[in-house]
Amino acid sequence: MKTITLNASVTASNERDADALRARMRACGTLLVNVMSSPGAGKTTLLSRLIRDLDGIRIAVMEADIESDVDAKRIEALGASSIQVHTSGMCHMDAGMTAAAFDELQQTLPCSQAIQLPSAQNLPCSQGRGTALKGGGGVKGGGWVRPDFDLIFLENVGNLICPAEYDTGAGLNLMLLSVPEGDDKPLKYPLMFQKSDALIVTKTDTLRYFNFDLSKCEARARALNPNLKIFPVSAKNGEGMDKLETWLKQQMDEFR
Amino acid sequence: MHEMGIVLHLAKTLDETAEENKLSSIGKVVLQIGEVSGIMTDLFTDAWDYFKVRHPILKDSTLELETLPAVTWCDSCKSKYETVKYGRECPYCHSGETWLIQGDECVIKEIEAE
Ligand SMILES: Nc1nc2c(ncn2[C@@H]2O[C@H](COP(=O)(O)OP(=O)(O)OP(=O)(O)O)[C@@H](O)[C@H]2O)c(=O)[nH]1
Ligand SMILES: [Mg+2]
Ligand SMILES: [Zn+2]
Repeated sequence: MKTITLNASVTASNERDADALRARMRACGTLLVNVMSSPGAGKTTLLSRLIRDLDGIRIAVMEADIESDVDAKRIEALGASSIQVHTSGMCHMDAGMTAAAFDELQQTLPCSQAIQLPSAQNLPCSQGRGTALKGGGGVKGGGWVRPDFDLIFLENVGNLICPAEYDTGAGLNLMLLSVPEGDDKPLKYPLMFQKSDALIVTKTDTLRYFNFDLSKCEARARALNPNLKIFPVSAKNGEGMDKLETWLKQQMDEFR
Repeated sequence: MHEMGIVLHLAKTLDETAEENKLSSIGKVVLQIGEVSGIMTDLFTDAWDYFKVRHPILKDSTLELETLPAVTWCDSCKSKYETVKYGRECPYCHSGETWLIQGDECVIKEIEAE
């Protein structure tokens, strides 16, 4: 027996996977955006709105849930590519799972076919099935045409804690906080606010019903993360969406 | 479950270490877990015991957990204090300009292996 001193993070392997995926996404010219929030904060509704508004941008969505494929079906109904990922009970997506989901997306599975991840290890991280892919341009309507995407959203598992602890390999991390959840959340879940590039305060159409102080929330969030971009929006009436969309387009341009 | 997810990541990191160092069996794993890492150590041990018997290289291993105390630094009066006892507000000057400097980590300190 010998003793090996490691002093390595338990998730060191995940950090390596994440860097590898980021390099791969960069080579594809696709910006991967990790979207995190508590359950029901409005992730799928916001993404649906973005898909409708961002005309001409090739968007795909990876829906991560412990169960069901209702969210992927909602995205698919809008004509965007979507894939449902089941996390096998896991409370977050990690980089290996995200890479596997990206592989599946690149193979253009028939829309929203759920892939079941056996466990966080032994994932097929290389190019999966060996179907010959012809052409390009993300043609929809079945078949095996390789899609190229400008923007891929990963809708992470609804949870304000664990997803913040795992780098998914995304180029951009967004968190949503909905008005009904309250303006004290930066105090209770600091890590999520620290790890995000932007905070999107959703459901602003409900501000008059709740004691949500937007400026207090902003001050608390910025105390944790001075560089945080903050966008108050309502996906319901469209308020604030233009600023968010302009910023997203800028991020895509900078990424390329 | 959160703890099982951490065990899976730990196992993957250990697999990679074993491959790099040409190890065939891991005898002991020493982890340092911060007081405010959010990890429940009894759940973590249960998850580990469940997992290790299904993972040949870890089959005969034991897990040793060391707790790292949580320490907060106050930017206003430049002092350190115990996080768990006093929270975010500095007990000396009552400032809220405070930062956790230790206690949220989960680190593999060392392993014994052959
Ligand atoms: N008033 C209002 N309601 C909204 C808005 N956005 C979403 N909702 C509602 O909030 C509820 C949850 O929205 P979803 O988009 O499913 O939330 P989610 O974050 O995707 O939920 P999970 O995937 O289950 O975590 C639905 O009833 C939406 O109609 C908004 O801007 N304003
Ligand atoms: Mg959803
Ligand atoms: Zn002080």
